[in-house]
Amino acid sequence: MTVKIALSDVHKSFGPKDVLRGVNLEVETGQSVVVIGGSGSGKSVMLKSILGLLTPDNGSIKIDGRETVGMARNSRADIDHQIGMLFQNGALFDSLPVWKNVAFRAIQNDGMNETDARDLAVDALKQVELGPELLDLSPASLSGGMHKRVGLARAIASKPEIIFFDEPTTGLDPIMTDVINHLIRDCVQELGATTMTITHDMTSVRAIADKTALLYKGEIIWQGSTEALEASDDPFLNQFINGLAHGPIEVEGQQLDTAPNAEAI
Amino acid sequence: MNFLATIGEFFLAFFAQTGRLSVFVGQTLAAMLRPPIYFRIIGQQIIRIGYFSLPVVALTSFFTGGALAIQIYYGGNQFNSEAIVSSIVALGITRELGPVLGGLMVAGRVSAAIAAEIGTMRVTEQIDALTTLSTNPHKYLVAPRVIAATLCMPILALIADIIGIFGGFVVGTQSFGFNAAIYVQRTINFLTVDDVTSGLIKAAVFGFIIAMMGCYNGYYSKGGAQGVGRATTNAVVSASILILAANYLMTSLLFSS
Repeated sequence: MTVKIALSDVHKSFGPKDVLRGVNLEVETGQSVVVIGGSGSGKSVMLKSILGLLTPDNGSIKIDGRETVGMARNSRADIDHQIGMLFQNGALFDSLPVWKNVAFRAIQNDGMNETDARDLAVDALKQVELGPELLDLSPASLSGGMHKRVGLARAIASKPEIIFFDEPTTGLDPIMTDVINHLIRDCVQELGATTMTITHDMTSVRAIADKTALLYKGEIIWQGSTEALEASDDPFLNQFINGLAHGPIEVEGQQLDTAPNAEAI
Repeated sequence: MNFLATIGEFFLAFFAQTGRLSVFVGQTLAAMLRPPIYFRIIGQQIIRIGYFSLPVVALTSFFTGGALAIQIYYGGNQFNSEAIVSSIVALGITRELGPVLGGLMVAGRVSAAIAAEIGTMRVTEQIDALTTLSTNPHKYLVAPRVIAATLCMPILALIADIIGIFGGFVVGTQSFGFNAAIYVQRTINFLTVDDVTSGLIKAAVFGFIIAMMGCYNGYYSKGGAQGVGRATTNAVVSASILILAANYLMTSLLFSS
Protein backbone atom coordinates (compact mmCIF):
# COMPACT_ATOMS: atom_id res chain seq x y z
CA MET A 1 0.00 0.00 0.00
CA THR A 2 1.26 3.49 -0.87
CA VAL A 3 0.92 6.40 1.50
CA LYS A 4 -1.73 8.87 0.31
CA ILE A 5 -1.51 11.45 3.11
CA ALA A 6 1.50 11.87 5.40
CA LEU A 7 1.76 14.30 8.28
CA SER A 8 5.14 14.70 9.87
CA ASP A 9 5.88 16.76 12.98
CA VAL A 10 3.06 19.25 12.25
CA HIS A 11 2.90 22.19 14.64
CA LYS A 12 0.33 24.96 14.79
CA SER A 13 -0.11 27.67 17.41
CA PHE A 14 -2.61 30.48 17.82
CA GLY A 15 -0.85 33.16 19.84
CA PRO A 16 0.44 31.52 23.02
CA LYS A 17 -1.75 28.43 22.56
CA ASP A 18 -0.05 25.41 20.99
CA VAL A 19 -2.86 23.48 19.29
CA LEU A 20 -0.83 20.99 17.26
CA ARG A 21 2.43 19.91 18.89
CA GLY A 22 4.08 17.55 16.44
CA VAL A 23 1.41 15.47 14.74
CA ASN A 24 2.68 12.38 12.90
CA LEU A 25 0.18 10.33 10.93
CA GLU A 26 0.10 8.33 7.71
CA VAL A 27 -2.99 7.37 5.72
CA GLU A 28 -2.58 4.65 3.11
CA THR A 29 -4.37 4.64 -0.23
CA GLY A 30 -7.90 3.31 0.13
CA GLN A 31 -7.71 3.32 3.91
CA SER A 32 -10.38 4.78 6.19
CA VAL A 33 -8.68 6.53 9.09
CA VAL A 34 -10.67 7.98 11.98
CA VAL A 35 -9.07 10.54 14.26
CA ILE A 36 -10.72 10.70 17.66
CA GLY A 37 -10.13 13.14 20.44
CA GLY A 38 -11.94 15.38 22.86
CA SER A 39 -13.09 18.92 22.21
CA GLY A 40 -10.13 21.26 21.79
CA SER A 41 -7.66 18.45 21.11
CA GLY A 42 -6.77 19.94 17.69
CA LYS A 43 -8.76 17.65 15.37
CA SER A 44 -10.32 20.43 13.30
CA VAL A 45 -7.06 22.39 13.12
CA MET A 46 -5.31 19.26 11.84
CA LEU A 47 -7.99 18.73 9.20
CA LYS A 48 -7.93 22.37 8.11
CA SER A 49 -4.14 22.19 7.87
CA ILE A 50 -4.38 19.20 5.51
CA LEU A 51 -7.01 21.03 3.45
CA GLY A 52 -4.76 24.08 3.20
CA LEU A 53 -7.27 26.28 5.02
CA LEU A 54 -4.67 26.84 7.76
CA THR A 55 -0.90 26.95 7.34
CA PRO A 56 1.11 24.95 9.88
CA ASP A 57 3.95 26.73 11.67
CA ASN A 58 6.26 23.76 11.22
CA GLY A 59 6.27 20.27 9.80
CA SER A 60 5.29 18.59 6.59
CA ILE A 61 1.99 17.52 5.04
CA LYS A 62 2.32 15.44 1.89
CA ILE A 63 -0.53 14.34 -0.36
CA ASP A 64 0.48 11.78 -3.00
CA GLY A 65 4.08 12.54 -2.05
CA ARG A 66 3.74 16.26 -2.82
CA GLU A 67 4.54 18.72 -0.08
CA THR A 68 1.54 21.00 0.48
CA VAL A 69 2.82 23.19 3.33
CA GLY A 70 3.65 26.60 1.92
CA MET A 71 2.08 25.73 -1.44
CA ALA A 72 0.04 28.61 -2.95
CA ARG A 73 -3.68 27.94 -3.40
CA ASN A 74 -3.38 28.17 -7.19
CA SER A 75 -0.56 25.61 -7.22
CA ARG A 76 -2.58 23.02 -5.33
CA ALA A 77 -5.61 23.21 -7.66
CA ASP A 78 -5.04 19.67 -8.93
CA ILE A 79 -4.76 18.38 -5.35
CA ASP A 80 -7.94 20.22 -4.32
CA HIS A 81 -9.73 18.74 -7.30
CA GLN A 82 -9.25 15.21 -5.96
CA ILE A 83 -10.53 16.10 -2.48
CA GLY A 84 -14.11 15.97 -1.18
CA MET A 85 -15.13 17.34 2.20
CA LEU A 86 -18.18 16.90 4.40
CA PHE A 87 -18.31 19.75 6.90
CA GLN A 88 -19.73 19.36 10.39
CA ASN A 89 -22.93 21.26 9.65
CA GLY A 90 -22.97 20.52 5.95
CA ALA A 91 -21.84 24.06 4.99
CA LEU A 92 -24.34 24.08 2.14
CA PHE A 93 -24.62 27.39 0.29
CA ASP A 94 -27.85 29.06 1.45
CA SER A 95 -28.21 31.07 -1.73
CA LEU A 96 -28.26 28.02 -4.02
CA PRO A 97 -30.82 25.23 -4.38
CA VAL A 98 -29.83 21.67 -3.48
CA TRP A 99 -28.90 20.62 -7.03
CA LYS A 100 -26.56 23.59 -7.50
CA ASN A 101 -24.94 22.80 -4.17
CA VAL A 102 -24.36 19.18 -5.12
CA ALA A 103 -23.04 19.98 -8.60
CA PHE A 104 -21.21 23.15 -7.50
CA ARG A 105 -17.72 22.01 -8.45
CA ALA A 106 -18.83 20.67 -11.83
CA ILE A 107 -20.67 23.91 -12.67
CA GLN A 108 -18.01 26.35 -11.44
CA ASN A 109 -14.82 24.54 -12.36
CA ASP A 110 -15.70 22.23 -15.22
CA GLY A 111 -18.24 24.56 -16.86
CA MET A 112 -20.89 21.83 -16.90
CA ASN A 113 -24.23 22.91 -18.39
CA GLU A 114 -27.35 23.00 -16.23
CA THR A 115 -28.98 19.88 -17.68
CA ASP A 116 -25.92 17.70 -17.07
CA ALA A 117 -25.39 19.30 -13.66
CA ARG A 118 -28.95 18.40 -12.61
CA ASP A 119 -28.38 14.82 -13.79
CA LEU A 120 -25.14 14.70 -11.81
CA ALA A 121 -26.98 15.97 -8.72
CA VAL A 122 -29.73 13.36 -9.17
CA ASP A 123 -27.10 10.58 -9.32
CA ALA A 124 -25.20 11.88 -6.29
CA LEU A 125 -28.40 12.28 -4.26
CA LYS A 126 -29.40 8.74 -5.21
CA GLN A 127 -26.12 7.48 -3.76
CA VAL A 128 -27.08 8.98 -0.41
CA GLU A 129 -30.62 7.62 -0.73
CA LEU A 130 -32.32 10.94 -1.46
CA GLY A 131 -34.82 11.49 -4.24
CA PRO A 132 -34.97 14.11 -7.03
CA GLU A 133 -37.85 15.91 -5.26
CA LEU A 134 -35.16 17.68 -3.19
CA LEU A 135 -33.38 19.19 -6.18
CA ASP A 136 -35.01 22.60 -6.14
CA LEU A 137 -35.34 22.99 -2.38
CA SER A 138 -33.35 25.55 -0.46
CA PRO A 139 -30.86 24.13 2.11
CA ALA A 140 -32.74 26.10 4.77
CA SER A 141 -35.77 23.85 4.31
CA LEU A 142 -33.85 20.60 4.95
CA SER A 143 -33.73 18.69 8.24
CA GLY A 144 -30.40 18.05 10.00
CA GLY A 145 -30.08 14.53 8.61
CA MET A 146 -30.93 15.64 5.07
CA HIS A 147 -28.44 18.48 5.40
CA LYS A 148 -25.68 15.96 6.16
CA ARG A 149 -26.74 13.68 3.32
CA VAL A 150 -26.81 16.53 0.79
CA GLY A 151 -23.39 17.57 2.10
CA LEU A 152 -22.21 13.99 1.59
CA ALA A 153 -23.68 13.99 -1.93
CA ARG A 154 -21.71 17.18 -2.68
CA ALA A 155 -18.54 15.62 -1.26
CA ILE A 156 -18.78 12.53 -3.47
CA ALA A 157 -20.34 14.11 -6.59
CA SER A 158 -16.99 14.74 -8.26
CA LYS A 159 -15.78 11.20 -7.40
CA PRO A 160 -12.79 12.38 -5.35
CA GLU A 161 -9.84 10.19 -4.44
CA ILE A 162 -9.72 11.58 -0.89
CA ILE A 163 -12.72 12.43 1.28
CA PHE A 164 -12.62 14.18 4.66
CA PHE A 165 -15.46 13.97 7.14
CA ASP A 166 -15.68 16.49 9.97
CA GLU A 167 -17.87 15.16 12.78
CA PRO A 168 -20.29 13.53 10.30
CA THR A 169 -22.76 12.32 12.93
CA THR A 170 -22.68 15.14 15.48
CA GLY A 171 -26.16 16.33 16.40
CA LEU A 172 -27.99 13.41 14.76
CA ASP A 173 -30.28 10.89 16.40
CA PRO A 174 -28.98 7.28 16.75
CA ILE A 175 -30.91 6.02 13.72
CA MET A 176 -29.71 8.84 11.46
CA THR A 177 -26.19 8.32 12.85
CA ASP A 178 -26.33 4.71 11.69
CA VAL A 179 -27.72 5.76 8.30
CA ILE A 180 -24.89 8.28 7.78
CA ASN A 181 -22.23 5.78 8.91
CA HIS A 182 -23.50 3.19 6.44
CA LEU A 183 -23.73 5.76 3.65
CA ILE A 184 -20.15 6.83 4.30
CA ARG A 185 -18.98 3.20 4.29
CA ASP A 186 -20.92 2.37 1.09
CA CYS A 187 -19.94 5.50 -0.80
CA VAL A 188 -16.30 5.12 0.14
CA GLN A 189 -16.22 1.46 -0.89
CA GLU A 190 -17.94 2.26 -4.17
CA LEU A 191 -15.49 5.06 -4.97
CA GLY A 192 -12.44 3.29 -3.57
CA ALA A 193 -11.54 6.57 -1.89
CA THR A 194 -9.07 7.26 0.89
CA THR A 195 -10.86 8.86 3.82
CA MET A 196 -10.08 10.68 7.01
CA THR A 197 -12.82 11.26 9.54
CA ILE A 198 -12.59 13.27 12.72
CA THR A 199 -15.13 12.48 15.38
CA HIS A 200 -15.68 11.72 19.03
CA ASP A 201 -18.53 9.34 18.25
CA MET A 202 -17.34 5.77 18.96
CA THR A 203 -20.27 4.30 16.99
CA SER A 204 -18.84 5.96 13.89
CA VAL A 205 -15.36 4.72 14.71
CA ARG A 206 -16.52 1.10 14.90
CA ALA A 207 -18.63 1.46 11.75
CA ILE A 208 -16.19 3.15 9.39
CA ALA A 209 -12.60 2.92 10.65
CA ASP A 210 -9.82 0.73 9.26
CA LYS A 211 -7.39 2.57 11.46
CA THR A 212 -7.97 4.85 14.45
CA ALA A 213 -5.73 7.56 15.87
CA LEU A 214 -6.22 9.31 19.20
CA LEU A 215 -5.28 12.99 19.22
CA TYR A 216 -4.67 14.47 22.64
CA LYS A 217 -3.22 17.91 23.37
CA GLY A 218 -2.06 18.30 19.81
CA GLU A 219 -0.27 14.96 19.47
CA ILE A 220 -1.25 11.54 18.19
CA ILE A 221 -0.76 9.48 21.34
CA TRP A 222 -2.15 6.17 20.03
CA GLN A 223 -2.89 4.69 16.62
CA GLY A 224 -3.85 1.24 15.44
CA SER A 225 -6.47 -0.96 13.81
CA THR A 226 -10.06 -1.20 15.05
CA GLU A 227 -9.27 -4.62 16.55
CA ALA A 228 -6.27 -3.19 18.39
CA LEU A 229 -8.48 -0.35 19.61
CA GLU A 230 -10.81 -2.75 21.40
CA ALA A 231 -7.95 -4.84 22.80
CA SER A 232 -5.77 -1.94 23.92
CA ASP A 233 -5.05 -1.31 27.60
CA ASP A 234 -3.87 2.24 26.92
CA PRO A 235 -5.36 4.30 29.79
CA PHE A 236 -6.00 7.40 27.62
CA LEU A 237 -7.68 5.32 24.92
CA ASN A 238 -9.73 3.35 27.42
CA GLN A 239 -10.94 6.49 29.12
CA PHE A 240 -11.94 8.00 25.80
CA ILE A 241 -13.66 5.03 24.16
CA ASN A 242 -15.52 4.16 27.34
CA GLY A 243 -16.48 7.77 28.00
CA LEU A 244 -15.12 7.83 31.56
CA ALA A 245 -15.08 11.06 33.51
CA HIS A 246 -12.03 9.94 35.50
CA GLY A 247 -8.68 9.07 33.99
CA PRO A 248 -5.53 10.66 32.63
CA ILE A 249 -7.29 12.87 30.07
CA GLU A 250 -7.69 16.44 31.25
CA VAL A 251 -11.14 17.82 30.52
CA GLU A 252 -11.40 21.50 29.60
CA GLY A 253 -8.04 22.26 31.20
CA GLN A 254 -8.98 20.54 34.45
CA GLN A 255 -7.47 17.16 35.32
CA LEU A 256 -10.23 15.03 36.79
CA ASP A 257 -7.95 12.29 37.96
CA THR A 258 -4.28 11.45 37.63
CA ALA A 259 -4.13 7.83 36.70
CA PRO A 260 -1.07 6.09 38.14
CA ASN A 261 -0.07 4.64 34.78
CA ALA A 262 -0.34 7.94 32.87
CA GLU A 263 3.45 8.14 32.68
CA ALA A 264 3.50 4.94 30.65
CA ILE A 265 2.31 6.85 27.55
CA MET B 1 3.48 51.48 32.32
CA ASN B 2 0.01 50.00 31.77
CA PHE B 3 -1.06 53.19 30.04
CA LEU B 4 1.89 52.95 27.63
CA ALA B 5 1.18 49.26 27.03
CA THR B 6 -2.43 50.11 26.18
CA ILE B 7 -1.31 52.75 23.68
CA GLY B 8 1.19 50.30 22.21
CA GLU B 9 -1.44 47.58 21.89
CA PHE B 10 -3.83 50.03 20.22
CA PHE B 11 -1.28 51.04 17.60
CA LEU B 12 -0.15 47.47 16.98
CA ALA B 13 -3.78 46.42 16.46
CA PHE B 14 -4.36 49.44 14.20
CA PHE B 15 -1.37 48.67 11.99
CA ALA B 16 -2.21 44.95 11.88
CA GLN B 17 -5.77 45.80 10.80
CA THR B 18 -4.52 48.28 8.19
CA GLY B 19 -2.08 45.71 6.81
CA ARG B 20 -4.74 43.01 6.66
CA LEU B 21 -7.16 45.38 4.92
CA SER B 22 -4.46 46.37 2.39
CA VAL B 23 -3.78 42.71 1.58
CA PHE B 24 -7.53 42.08 1.28
CA VAL B 25 -7.94 45.02 -1.13
CA GLY B 26 -4.96 43.77 -3.16
CA GLN B 27 -6.40 40.25 -3.36
CA THR B 28 -9.77 41.68 -4.41
CA LEU B 29 -8.26 43.86 -7.15
CA ALA B 30 -6.34 40.83 -8.45
CA ALA B 31 -9.55 38.76 -8.38
CA MET B 32 -11.41 41.51 -10.29
CA LEU B 33 -8.84 41.55 -13.08
CA ARG B 34 -8.13 37.83 -13.54
CA PRO B 35 -10.59 35.30 -14.96
CA PRO B 36 -12.92 33.66 -14.19
CA ILE B 37 -15.25 36.64 -13.80
CA TYR B 38 -18.70 35.64 -12.56
CA PHE B 39 -20.92 37.84 -14.74
CA ARG B 40 -24.15 36.21 -13.55
CA ILE B 41 -23.34 36.97 -9.91
CA ILE B 42 -22.34 40.53 -10.84
CA GLY B 43 -25.77 40.91 -12.48
CA GLN B 44 -27.53 39.58 -9.39
CA GLN B 45 -25.58 41.96 -7.18
CA ILE B 46 -26.35 44.95 -9.43
CA ILE B 47 -30.03 44.26 -8.84
CA ARG B 48 -29.57 43.77 -5.09
CA ILE B 49 -27.25 46.73 -4.55
CA GLY B 50 -28.44 49.16 -7.22
CA TYR B 51 -32.08 48.49 -8.02
CA PHE B 52 -33.22 47.80 -4.46
CA SER B 53 -31.42 50.90 -3.16
CA LEU B 54 -33.34 53.19 -5.52
CA PRO B 55 -36.27 53.97 -3.17
CA VAL B 56 -34.11 54.92 -0.20
CA VAL B 57 -31.76 57.04 -2.32
CA ALA B 58 -34.66 58.72 -4.14
CA LEU B 59 -36.52 59.62 -0.94
CA THR B 60 -33.35 60.86 0.79
CA SER B 61 -32.36 63.12 -2.09
CA PHE B 62 -35.88 64.47 -2.62
CA PHE B 63 -36.24 65.60 0.99
CA THR B 64 -32.66 66.86 1.12
CA GLY B 65 -33.20 68.98 -2.01
CA GLY B 66 -36.39 70.40 -0.48
CA ALA B 67 -34.76 71.16 2.88
CA LEU B 68 -31.78 72.74 1.15
CA ALA B 69 -34.10 75.07 -0.80
CA ILE B 70 -35.83 76.15 2.43
CA GLN B 71 -32.50 76.81 4.21
CA ILE B 72 -31.13 78.87 1.31
CA TYR B 73 -34.34 80.82 0.98
CA TYR B 74 -34.55 81.81 4.65
CA GLY B 75 -30.82 81.99 5.23
CA GLY B 76 -30.05 84.11 2.15
CA ASN B 77 -31.44 87.28 0.76
CA GLN B 78 -35.16 86.57 0.31
CA PHE B 79 -35.53 89.36 -2.24
CA ASN B 80 -33.00 87.83 -4.62
CA SER B 81 -33.68 84.22 -3.62
CA GLU B 82 -35.05 83.03 -6.94
CA ALA B 83 -31.60 83.43 -8.44
CA ILE B 84 -29.59 81.76 -5.71
CA VAL B 85 -31.90 78.97 -4.51
CA SER B 86 -31.93 77.13 -7.84
CA SER B 87 -28.19 77.46 -8.38
CA ILE B 88 -27.09 76.52 -4.86
CA VAL B 89 -29.50 73.59 -4.67
CA ALA B 90 -28.13 72.28 -7.98
CA LEU B 91 -24.52 72.85 -6.91
CA GLY B 92 -24.96 71.38 -3.42
CA ILE B 93 -26.82 68.33 -4.62
CA THR B 94 -24.58 67.41 -7.56
CA ARG B 95 -21.23 68.13 -5.95
CA GLU B 96 -21.83 66.96 -2.38
CA LEU B 97 -25.19 65.91 -1.07
CA GLY B 98 -26.26 63.57 -3.87
CA PRO B 99 -23.19 61.33 -3.78
CA VAL B 100 -22.44 61.69 -0.04
CA LEU B 101 -25.95 61.19 1.34
CA GLY B 102 -26.65 58.53 -1.28
CA GLY B 103 -23.39 56.84 -0.31
CA LEU B 104 -24.22 56.95 3.39
CA MET B 105 -27.71 55.56 2.84
CA VAL B 106 -26.39 52.76 0.62
CA ALA B 107 -23.63 52.11 3.18
CA GLY B 108 -26.27 51.56 5.84
CA ARG B 109 -28.29 49.27 3.66
CA VAL B 110 -25.76 47.41 1.53
CA SER B 111 -22.60 47.29 3.66
CA ALA B 112 -24.58 45.77 6.51
CA ALA B 113 -26.28 43.23 4.25
CA ILE B 114 -22.99 42.16 2.64
CA ALA B 115 -21.23 41.86 6.02
CA ALA B 116 -24.11 39.82 7.46
CA GLU B 117 -24.26 37.50 4.46
CA ILE B 118 -20.52 36.88 4.14
CA GLY B 119 -20.10 36.80 7.93
CA THR B 120 -22.74 34.08 8.21
CA MET B 121 -21.00 32.18 5.42
CA ARG B 122 -17.75 32.46 7.37
CA VAL B 123 -19.10 31.18 10.71
CA THR B 124 -21.05 28.35 9.05
CA GLU B 125 -17.91 27.23 7.15
CA GLN B 126 -19.42 28.02 3.75
CA ILE B 127 -16.33 30.03 2.80
CA ASP B 128 -14.10 27.08 3.75
CA ALA B 129 -16.41 24.88 1.66
CA LEU B 130 -15.94 27.20 -1.33
CA THR B 131 -12.17 26.88 -1.00
CA THR B 132 -12.28 23.09 -0.77
CA LEU B 133 -14.50 23.09 -3.88
CA SER B 134 -11.63 24.78 -5.76
CA THR B 135 -13.41 28.16 -5.88
CA ASN B 136 -11.60 31.33 -4.86
CA PRO B 137 -13.86 33.21 -2.36
CA HIS B 138 -12.37 36.53 -3.46
CA LYS B 139 -13.45 35.88 -7.04
CA TYR B 140 -16.80 34.30 -6.22
CA LEU B 141 -17.97 36.43 -3.27
CA VAL B 142 -15.97 39.64 -2.99
CA ALA B 143 -15.14 40.75 -6.55
CA PRO B 144 -18.74 40.58 -7.90
CA ARG B 145 -20.05 42.68 -5.00
CA VAL B 146 -17.29 45.28 -5.33
CA ILE B 147 -17.72 45.52 -9.12
CA ALA B 148 -21.50 45.80 -8.79
CA ALA B 149 -21.35 48.50 -6.08
CA THR B 150 -18.71 50.51 -7.97
CA LEU B 151 -20.85 50.43 -11.13
CA CYS B 152 -24.15 51.11 -9.37
CA MET B 153 -23.23 54.04 -7.13
CA PRO B 154 -22.61 56.61 -9.95
CA ILE B 155 -25.99 55.69 -11.45
CA LEU B 156 -27.66 56.03 -8.05
CA ALA B 157 -25.86 59.37 -7.53
CA LEU B 158 -27.09 60.61 -10.90
CA ILE B 159 -30.64 59.67 -9.97
CA ALA B 160 -30.12 61.33 -6.56
CA ASP B 161 -28.95 64.50 -8.37
CA ILE B 162 -32.05 64.63 -10.56
CA ILE B 163 -34.49 63.89 -7.73
CA GLY B 164 -32.67 66.21 -5.28
CA ILE B 165 -32.86 69.11 -7.75
CA PHE B 166 -36.49 68.22 -8.34
CA GLY B 167 -37.09 68.38 -4.55
CA GLY B 168 -35.68 71.91 -4.50
CA PHE B 169 -37.79 72.77 -7.54
CA VAL B 170 -40.99 71.54 -5.87
CA VAL B 171 -40.35 73.54 -2.69
CA GLY B 172 -39.22 76.61 -4.66
CA THR B 173 -42.21 76.69 -6.97
CA GLN B 174 -44.90 75.46 -4.57
CA SER B 175 -43.87 77.11 -1.27
CA PHE B 176 -42.06 80.25 -2.39
CA GLY B 177 -43.90 80.92 -5.64
CA PHE B 178 -40.88 80.84 -7.94
CA ASN B 179 -41.51 80.74 -11.65
CA ALA B 180 -40.99 77.14 -12.79
CA ALA B 181 -39.49 77.96 -16.20
CA ILE B 182 -37.04 80.49 -14.75
CA TYR B 183 -36.05 78.02 -11.98
CA VAL B 184 -35.27 75.31 -14.52
CA GLN B 185 -33.47 77.72 -16.84
CA ARG B 186 -31.26 79.04 -14.02
CA THR B 187 -30.45 75.53 -12.87
CA ILE B 188 -29.39 74.50 -16.38
CA ASN B 189 -27.41 77.68 -16.94
CA PHE B 190 -25.57 77.41 -13.64
CA LEU B 191 -24.68 73.73 -13.66
CA THR B 192 -21.53 72.60 -15.46
CA VAL B 193 -20.63 69.11 -16.62
CA ASP B 194 -17.75 69.11 -14.12
CA ASP B 195 -20.17 69.59 -11.22
CA VAL B 196 -22.00 66.42 -12.17
CA THR B 197 -18.99 64.30 -13.15
CA SER B 198 -17.11 65.16 -9.94
CA GLY B 199 -20.07 63.81 -7.99
CA LEU B 200 -20.22 60.67 -10.09
CA ILE B 201 -16.48 60.00 -9.64
CA LYS B 202 -16.95 60.38 -5.89
CA ALA B 203 -19.92 58.01 -5.99
CA ALA B 204 -17.89 55.31 -7.77
CA VAL B 205 -15.23 55.52 -5.04
CA PHE B 206 -17.95 55.38 -2.37
CA GLY B 207 -19.39 52.27 -4.02
CA PHE B 208 -15.99 50.60 -3.87
CA ILE B 209 -15.65 51.54 -0.19
CA ILE B 210 -19.16 50.34 0.71
CA ALA B 211 -18.74 46.88 -0.80
CA MET B 212 -15.16 46.52 0.37
CA MET B 213 -16.01 47.31 4.00
CA GLY B 214 -18.97 44.94 3.92
CA CYS B 215 -16.92 42.12 2.43
CA TYR B 216 -13.85 42.70 4.61
CA ASN B 217 -15.74 42.79 7.90
CA GLY B 218 -17.88 39.81 6.94
CA TYR B 219 -14.92 37.79 5.68
CA TYR B 220 -13.01 38.13 8.94
CA SER B 221 -15.96 37.80 11.29
CA LYS B 222 -15.72 35.16 13.99
CA GLY B 223 -17.53 34.08 17.11
CA GLY B 224 -20.96 33.02 15.86
CA ALA B 225 -24.02 35.28 15.80
CA GLN B 226 -22.41 37.90 18.03
CA GLY B 227 -19.41 38.07 15.71
CA VAL B 228 -21.63 38.53 12.67
CA GLY B 229 -23.50 41.32 14.49
CA ARG B 230 -20.19 43.01 15.32
CA ALA B 231 -19.03 42.66 11.70
CA THR B 232 -22.26 44.27 10.47
CA THR B 233 -21.88 47.25 12.81
CA ASN B 234 -18.20 47.65 11.95
CA ALA B 235 -18.98 47.51 8.23
CA VAL B 236 -21.51 50.36 8.42
CA VAL B 237 -19.41 52.51 10.76
CA SER B 238 -16.14 52.05 8.82
CA ALA B 239 -17.83 52.54 5.44
CA SER B 240 -19.53 55.75 6.65
CA ILE B 241 -16.33 57.21 8.11
CA LEU B 242 -14.29 56.29 5.04
CA ILE B 243 -16.92 57.81 2.74
CA LEU B 244 -16.76 61.13 4.61
CA ALA B 245 -12.94 61.07 4.73
CA ALA B 246 -12.67 60.13 1.04
CA ASN B 247 -15.18 62.87 0.20
CA TYR B 248 -13.04 65.48 1.90
CA LEU B 249 -9.92 64.19 0.17
CA MET B 250 -11.50 64.07 -3.27
CA THR B 251 -13.14 67.47 -2.86
CA SER B 252 -9.72 68.91 -2.02
CA LEU B 253 -8.15 67.23 -5.05
CA LEU B 254 -10.94 67.92 -7.55
CA PHE B 255 -11.71 71.52 -6.66
CA SER B 256 -8.42 72.94 -5.41
CA SER B 257 -7.04 72.71 -8.94
